[in-house]
Amino acid sequence: MDSGIEKTKELPVQEITIDTDTRDILARETKYQKEKGFADWPIVDIDAHHSEMTSWRQVIEYIEDPILLHYAREFQSRTGGAPGLSNHTPGLRYQDAGGRIPHQQQIAEPVDDKSVHRDVTLVRRSMQALGLDYQVLFPGNLLQLGTHPQPRVEAHLALAYNRWVCDTILPEDNRIKTLLYLPLGEPEVCHRIIDEFSERQGVVGFMITSVRFKPVHHNSYIPIYRKLEERNLPLAFHAGLTWTDEWTKQTDLFISMHAISFVLCNIVHMTNWIIHGLPERFPNLKTIWIESGLAWLPFMMQRLDSEYQMRPSEAPLLKKLPSDYIREMHFSSQPIETSNMKLTEATFDGINASSQLMYSSDWPHWDFNAPSTIYDLPFLDEQAKRNILGENALRVFNLDRPAGK
Amino acid sequence: MVKVFVGVESDFEDRGRRVIEYNDTEIGVFFVDEEFFAYENKCVHQGGPICQGRILNRVVEVLADDRTSQGLTWDEEDVHIVCPWHGYEFNIKTGVHPGNKNARLRRFDVSVEGGEVYVDV
Ligand code: FES
Repeated sequence: MDSGIEKTKELPVQEITIDTDTRDILARETKYQKEKGFADWPIVDIDAHHSEMTSWRQVIEYIEDPILLHYAREFQSRTGGAPGLSNHTPGLRYQDAGGRIPHQQQIAEPVDDKSVHRDVTLVRRSMQALGLDYQVLFPGNLLQLGTHPQPRVEAHLALAYNRWVCDTILPEDNRIKTLLYLPLGEPEVCHRIIDEFSERQGVVGFMITSVRFKPVHHNSYIPIYRKLEERNLPLAFHAGLTWTDEWTKQTDLFISMHAISFVLCNIVHMTNWIIHGLPERFPNLKTIWIESGLAWLPFMMQRLDSEYQMRPSEAPLLKKLPSDYIREMHFSSQPIETSNMKLTEATFDGINASSQLMYSSDWPHWDFNAPSTIYDLPFLDEQAKRNILGENALRVFNLDRPAGK
Repeated sequence: MVKVFVGVESDFEDRGRRVIEYNDTEIGVFFVDEEFFAYENKCVHQGGPICQGRILNRVVEVLADDRTSQGLTWDEEDVHIVCPWHGYEFNIKTGVHPGNKNARLRRFDVSVEGGEVYVDV
């Protein structure tokens, strides 16, 4: 221009709020993928969430126990929308950092398409914006169900949610997958769930919520693991938060509790899993450790190796070092820790990330990671990036390769 | 260097903003305490849309003379822009994170000429 002054355009969204469209919130990632040239890679997100509590009125109608169904309906009619029967504690929802992170607070954007459940549209929007070919979807608040004081209620809510998600969400889009909830509080119901749902569209395995206080190597669970191994179904341990154990009770801020509890639960379960020889008992059962980040893994490898070598008589099923078993496990990438890139690189080396690690977003939670967080890692070659972003998950979950990719 | 038109000065309210795009570069221009500040709309954390976040005062912890904590409160001076992706906060006048001086936003110069606001890109 002669004047030396250039015209500009205003962005359509000046401030992101709970009403902003998912595609606008994530627009920068969509743009990055095009700029950086990996928009056409296969990308699989193995951990994302929807808010099942907003559909609770529908979910409870799938409760098969008539008395529990009555209770759940009464909760609804009395309060107009309580998460009746669940052990969700609404007063402690600090995840959005006092409204600073709107997509964690609420996804209130308009959805006009009435032909599918609203959550299907929201999932499709996040997949479009993040450039995904598949997304593995989990519930939100139900991840706390492992600490429900009533095992029977845990089991019936798990059954109801699983039926609802298999009927309402998964059939609508073949790109949406899930690892279904196993209510370990009632082992025989876990068997029913595996038998009833493992062939349903979109079910690619099963999941134990890690926030629970019963050891995962207990003999009552062994037949469950055997069944999963026989059917070649992966088992995930999905971490979560808890403010009710004796350690996290001492942390009086959300940041402290969250930082520790998402790791502590999987530290305990992985220790029991390895030291009690579960990888030897079920060598073909694929385990996936979800949402604990990665920085805990070098600690686990070194700590368990040191102690095991001094006390092999306490872990006689082991035929190699604990770290050797860890290197054969699978992990989701989020929330990735990158404040010291040398430590991050050493972690990736330690866990054989190129073949074992799978990208996860955790969208729409406050500490989500977009695919760029993997693409931008300075120490990975292109093949490792491709593996972590999509190829490993295509293999682990036996997913069809996306057309043209 | 190009002078890019952002808007009319009188249209900016206190703590108001314009987030614009020029040649694929997104820039947020903020008006706080009678001054303009401009940053790239790209968070140093993971590239999120920092300039489209909430504007809130900095939170501080009050310590008594004996160093016991008296709880949290809003700082009366420092204003923060908060990234809507994951919550990184930056002083809106300096572009620097309160606890990590290496985390700083890319800054642009702003000028006002004849009641019109421009950024140098
Ligand atoms: S991208 Fe801004 S806080 Fe993460």
